[in-house]
This record gives sequence, C-alpha cells and structure tokens, in this order.
Amino acid sequence: MVDLIKRAKELIETSVVKVLIGYEQGTANKTRALFVEKADDADRLIFDSRCVQNLAAYVTKKEVKEKGKMAIAATLPVMRSIIQLASEFQVNDNNLLVLGITPESKLIEFANLVEVETFVHKYEIEIDARNKEMLDKLEKMTQAERWKFWMDELSPCFKCYACRAACPMCYCSRCTVDFNQPQWIPVPSHELGNLEWHIMRAIHLTGRCIDCDACYNACPLSIPINLLTKKMLADAKEHFGAYQPSLKGDHLMSTYKPDDKENFIQ
Amino acid sequence: MNIDKRLVRKDSLEKLFDILKQNSKTIYAPFSKNGKTSFMDAKSFAGISTGHIQTSESSKDIAFPRAEKILDYSKNKEGMSVKGIDFADIPEVVLWGVRPCDAIGIGELSSIFNWDYKDEIYNNRLSKVTVFGFSCNKSDEYCFCTSVGGNPGNTAGSDILFTRMGEDGDYLAEIITEKGLTVVSLAQNLFEKSETLEREKFLAEVPVRFNHEEIRKKLDKFFESKEWIEESLRCLGCGACAYVCPTCACFDIQDEAHGKKGSRVRCWDSCGFSHFTVHTSGHNPRGVQSARWRQRIMHKFSYMPERLSVYGCTGCGRCSRACPVDMNILEHLISIQEVTV
Repeated sequence: MVDLIKRAKELIETSVVKVLIGYEQGTANKTRALFVEKADDADRLIFDSRCVQNLAAYVTKKEVKEKGKMAIAATLPVMRSIIQLASEFQVNDNNLLVLGITPESKLIEFANLVEVETFVHKYEIEIDARNKEMLDKLEKMTQAERWKFWMDELSPCFKCYACRAACPMCYCSRCTVDFNQPQWIPVPSHELGNLEWHIMRAIHLTGRCIDCDACYNACPLSIPINLLTKKMLADAKEHFGAYQPSLKGDHLMSTYKPDDKENFIQ
Repeated sequence: MNIDKRLVRKDSLEKLFDILKQNSKTIYAPFSKNGKTSFMDAKSFAGISTGHIQTSESSKDIAFPRAEKILDYSKNKEGMSVKGIDFADIPEVVLWGVRPCDAIGIGELSSIFNWDYKDEIYNNRLSKVTVFGFSCNKSDEYCFCTSVGGNPGNTAGSDILFTRMGEDGDYLAEIITEKGLTVVSLAQNLFEKSETLEREKFLAEVPVRFNHEEIRKKLDKFFESKEWIEESLRCLGCGACAYVCPTCACFDIQDEAHGKKGSRVRCWDSCGFSHFTVHTSGHNPRGVQSARWRQRIMHKFSYMPERLSVYGCTGCGRCSRACPVDMNILEHLISIQEVTV
C-alpha cells in the first residue's frame, strides 16, 4: 500500500483532512484501526486480507469526528456502509473523503460520495455460499428445531454489545436497549432478554445492513448472529427487491413504492 | 494446612468425575463450541476440553451470574410480599478445569464483594463451590500472569490443583484446602501416595513483562496523560473486556415487573459503556471513551490495590483476546511502564 501511504501523507501535510482512518499491524496476528494525524504515522498503514474490521464504525464516533475532516481507507463493505450512512445524514462530502480499496486491492480516490456510490453499485450484495447453505438448513428445519437452534446459540450471549459497537449502522447515541422509561427490551441476558435484543437488532438493520459480518467478527463468543441479518437481507430482497445503499434515500424498508407487494396483508 | 501431594492416574479422572456425580455434585467444566471454550454444566466426562489455553469466559459466572434473580415480589391488598433467594436451593458445585489465573481471580472478586457490604448472595454461592484448578502447560502471547504475581502452577484460589505430568501423563494433585480434602475423602483410592512428584518442568513458561508495583506508582501521576486518549481512540465502547474478565464485578439492578408481581435481577454491567456513569441530570463524568478506558486500568492497577490490597488483574489475557479492535491490555501496561512521567 505504498500509494495509500503516499497519499495519506499528502492529505495530512496539506491539511485536506485532519485524520485518516486505516489499518495497522496490531498485536499477535491481528490488524487494527490506525488514526493518522501526523504524516509520519502514515508509514504504519498496512492493507492485507486480515484487514476486515469495518472502519466505517469510526466515522460516527464522537472522539474521531471531532478531529475535523476525515479520510478513510475503505474496502467495498466500508464504502457500502458509508453510502448508507450518508443516506442517513451521518456523513457528507464536507466531512469525509473516501480512498477506496477495490476488491483487487487497487487504490481509487473518489472526488465525492456520488462517485463512491457509482462504484459500490457495480457490485451486488451477495450472501456467501457457506452462510447461504446455513440459511437453507435453517429454513428446512421445523419451527421447533429452529427455536431450539436459536435458543442454544443465543443462550451464551452476555450482552456485551460488541456486535452493536462494531456495526457502522448502530450509531444511535441512545440505543433502544438503553431506554428504561419505558423499558422496551429486558436488560438481563436471560433467555427473553437475549432473544428480544437480537430480534430487535436484526429488524433495525433490515434494509440497512450491508452484510459485512462485523457483528459476528466482533462477538467474543462467536455466536452466529449475522445469520439473522443475512436472513432479513434475503427476505427483503424477495419482497422488496435487492438492497443497495443509495444516496437518493429511497430506503428499502421505509419508502413506499406503488409496485410494492402487499401479499403480507391477509 | 500443608499442601498434600498425591498421584492421580490419567484414567482415574473419569472415575473421579463419576464419583462426584454419584455424590450429587453439579460439575461445571470447559467445553468447546464454535471455536470457543466455555464452562458448561457437564453431564458426562466425555468432551471436557483439556487442550485450550484459556476459556473464552472466566468462571466468575458461578458465584456472580450474569443475570441473577435476587428476589421476587408481589403486591396485594395487604401490601407487598417479598421473597429472597433460598440459599438451600443453591447446588454444591465443582468447578472443574479452572486455570490458575481464574482461581486466583476468585479471591480478587471476593475482596470486592466483601469490601464494606458483605454480599451474602455471592458469599453463599461461593461457599458451595469447590475449585479444581488445572495448571497450564502452555501459554500464548496474551498471557501475563507472572507480571501480576501469579504463575502457571499457582495454587491460590484452587481447592485441589491438578498438574499434568507430560503430554499424556498422569496428574499431580495438590490438595490445598479443607474443601479439597472433603472431595478427596469421597474417592480416597484415586489419590495415590507417591514419593517423587515433580511439577515445575511441566509448567508453561510465561515471561515477566512488567512490574505491577511500578505501574501502580506511575498511575498516581498518570491521570491526565494523553496516552489514554491516543490508546482509546479505536475502542468502540463495548463490554467484551469486562464480561470475560475474572475480576470485573460491576453490576446493574433491574426490576422486571409483570403486572402486580415481578423480580429484581442483578445483571453484569461494564465501565466501558457510554451510559455507565450517566447521572439523572444527564451529566456524564466519563463522557468520552478515554475516560472510560482510563477507569478500567486505574481501577485494576491503582484503586483496587489502594482500597482492597489486591490487584484487579490476574494476567489471564482474556480481555485482549476478546477485544474486537485489539485493545491489548498487556501492550498498554508495558507502554505505561516505559513512559516517563
């Protein structure tokens, strides 16, 4: 990523941006987010197949945003997240510059978010084969078997909310689970509390989740919660068409279209 | 009491398990699933994990459950009736396969739950637990027990400590407490007398990476350091570190009402969450993540030694393994040690 390092240095030196968010070598064999604020720090930037954390989670973080204009080294999932966030008025051309990293690991600097959107729309969001197989398996289960599957999988959840923290779309300063007057979702991580939290999470992300697996990757207990959002992605496609984040703001689940199917009303 | 050393043949462990079961003990042991290892209610000996370095979660759940109903209440014409926990319902538990860094954590957790108020629920649960420690024969780059006063064969916190003598070898059992002795009395013949039992050469080597006393002294002058801000910029403010930690003890009390009756539940909480310290007025004394990350380190390495004379970290390395954004506590502690203040 020589190009990225060079460009990062220029952007910081010329004060085009105040901070560039990229990846650096972490501890053990991990990679992690790097916030470049001084040109020299850009030398620590790396990019390889281990760099899968969705860095878009940082563009709404107060402490990062407050630094001023940001640039972000963005893989395809990060670019998709950014377009979704822009459509929800969380980022714009004035506060974010996107340095795209293509699936072929090439660097593209986009002049604006419209260009990012055009690039993103070249690629359909597709559920990978392994997870597709898992969804099929779940679909074929009886209701009782599926209930048992989810009860078993969700029971270890201790509600650390790493899934929420790692998700770029979970940027609410006050999440539904943090409300206590009224209490919408039970706080304890018992059976009902876990079930309600994960259902609520999946529903809030439907038509917004770009299927990056950040939630699953963040889970310290490796609970396959991304299956819930993947299922919603597949179902939304079936009923309302394929999801693509869009600057037009024609949100999949909250925009009425005359040709929407109404076959769920019975 | 003097530590009594006995030999337990490798195929005797299963017999010991069965004898404990016959004596109506509930046994929690580590099992692997989805690539993670957790303590579960062991119905049989088969499948208990031995190859893991450390379980994903600590064993604290056994005395300090993640969501614990502490009372039921109901309202009626006469007033309110409240029913607390019946301690007789708490089962006798054997915690099987606890690593020394978890076992020693029980003492640290107990010091929090007995600081001023003596938490009778916690103490009652713990009194029913017998800890079977298993020494570590391997470690990884996240382990640092030796930097915080522990070691891979530490007996502190265990009632019996088992050390495997070689990869497929028999076990050396060190019977440390009266509780341990009680268990041994149930299966006397499995704990054989043996003259020459050596264990040190079978233990993992964990290098000392920092001096915790020095860190503590440094922290006295470190409160306003910029390090906290730089280190915590990538922290996303989840509770993974606190929830896998053997000594994190913060909790929240929730009332779950269903009409005229309900329950009061004690739930784990974490100082990493942005709302953890929000006042009723809306003011938040720890309004930024750096203040929350600082609290985590200060509490374990400054406030706890000052108030409770114990450190709040056992060097198990779980928080670093669990962190989705590589907030590595060992790396940070080493950097604190190196900084001149």
